[in-house]
Amino acid sequence: MPVHVETHANISDAARALSSARDGRFFGGGTLLMRALNEADQSIGTIVRCTDPVLRQVRSEGDRIAIGAGVTMAEIMANRDLAFLAPVARIIGGPAVRSAATVGGNLFAEPPYGDFTTALLALDASVRFAGESGQSTPLQDFLRDRANRRGRVVESVMVPRITDPKALRFVKVTRVKPKGAALMSIAAWLPGSGGRGCRIAYGNMAPTPVRAAAAERALEGASLSEQGIARALQAATEGLTPPTDMFASEWYRREVAPVHLKRLLLGQGQ
Amino acid sequence: MAKKPVQFTLNGSEKATFVEEGQNLLDVLRRGVGDLTPKYGCAQGTCGACTVLIDGEPHLSCLTLAETVEGRSVATVAGLENGAALHPLQEAFMRNFAAQCGYCTPGMLMAAKALLERNPRPTREEVVEAISGNICRCTGYEAIIAAILEAAGSGSAASKGRG
Ligand SMILES: Cc1cc2nc3c(=O)[nH]c(=O)nc-3n(C[C@H](O)[C@H](O)[C@H](O)COP(=O)(O)OP(=O)(O)OC[C@H]3O[C@@H](n4cnc5c(N)ncnc54)[C@H](O)[C@@H]3O)c2cc1C
Ligand code: FES
Ligand code: FES
Repeated sequence: MPVHVETHANISDAARALSSARDGRFFGGGTLLMRALNEADQSIGTIVRCTDPVLRQVRSEGDRIAIGAGVTMAEIMANRDLAFLAPVARIIGGPAVRSAATVGGNLFAEPPYGDFTTALLALDASVRFAGESGQSTPLQDFLRDRANRRGRVVESVMVPRITDPKALRFVKVTRVKPKGAALMSIAAWLPGSGGRGCRIAYGNMAPTPVRAAAAERALEGASLSEQGIARALQAATEGLTPPTDMFASEWYRREVAPVHLKRLLLGQGQ
Repeated sequence: MAKKPVQFTLNGSEKATFVEEGQNLLDVLRRGVGDLTPKYGCAQGTCGACTVLIDGEPHLSCLTLAETVEGRSVATVAGLENGAALHPLQEAFMRNFAAQCGYCTPGMLMAAKALLERNPRPTREEVVEAISGNICRCTGYEAIIAAILEAAGSGSAASKGRG
């Protein structure tokens, strides 16, 4: 079945085209979609592209920053206002992947991918669809129902403005160096002193990035010392059923999650 | 299948061709305009043999939707040499035995060119990062890293080449 590609200059036109297209997919940077097309994936009927500059913008909105869904990982790394996200963007593929891979595409990336989204989840990010001006959907809600969101164009992702780059910590755990797919990634946002208000998210521990709710609760009010984080480490995978796949078994993921979480929280070299 | 006209610059010269909907740039470069220097390794984004520069940035041509290069400038290894003279990166690859079977070499050269254009004096770590998306099954990488560092040391590798 031949694929049909249409390009729109305006995001509202692109959103309309996507919602009415037969087996439509929105085109971000194409690093995942082109793979599918190269394999003659029959589930894709129409590709909707959009050249609207709004998708490439990074804008301040009060104490938040709106990152256009079409912003690439290379652009994140070059943007001073997003310095706190640069270490996350840097671990996504090699340079030739990063000059195409977008923030919007990462939101939909299936395991073993989605590392950037894991960091966004720890940051309590929210997702704005095309046509929504003021409102946005919490990323956690978006991810819960991700499969059903494909018919809508994501315009931007809202993140808090973070001036202390150390407040966001991130690790991608891989077995292949220097670059390999993550068997797990962990992001921790530590906005207050110690563990107060901390947010922890895992990638590749479930079908989409997930929050480590039990560990977060255990860290509330705790100090970031070996003793302070002990309970959080015990609860590291509570409530989760990590997958067994070609990268690691469920058992292995459960075993190593507290080890990596500990290093991350104590700021020990990964 | 519907065909679309696309115009772009390849190594400094204008190209006009027709692409199929959904066709990747690697296929168009090799079959459409006859530049066989970017290699087909996987069509999955994993090997890096198809790396080209688009407006100076490294891209995997197998994952690039061909029609998106409309009006842009594409550079491949075919544009590196200048008449009989090889590009300083190619010279350094030769001197360091950085190519054995040679299949990864075009991708390595373009990844290295992208690096040196932005960062003419990279550290070893920066070189390793620059080629981290390129797989070589022959050399063990050391010779390639040495070649890129040597070309950087010569100071003339960044700006040479067309396109
Ligand atoms: C060699 C290689 C290495 C990689 N390494 C990593 C890695 O380390 N970590 C990682 O997380 N990922 C990795 N990836 C996967 C991928 O490159 C990234 O996840 C990237 O961010 C996907 O973005 P994209 O713009 O290329 O997506 P696309 O391929 O354009 O799209 C992916 C999906 O998202 C949808 N989509 C895209 N944008 C929007 C939007 N604005 N609105 C609605 N839907 C949209 C598409 O319809 C499609 O279903 C790698 C890929 C390759 C090829
Ligand atoms: S052919 Fe493009 S990365 Fe392998
Ligand atoms: S020289 Fe053979 S793959 Fe690199």
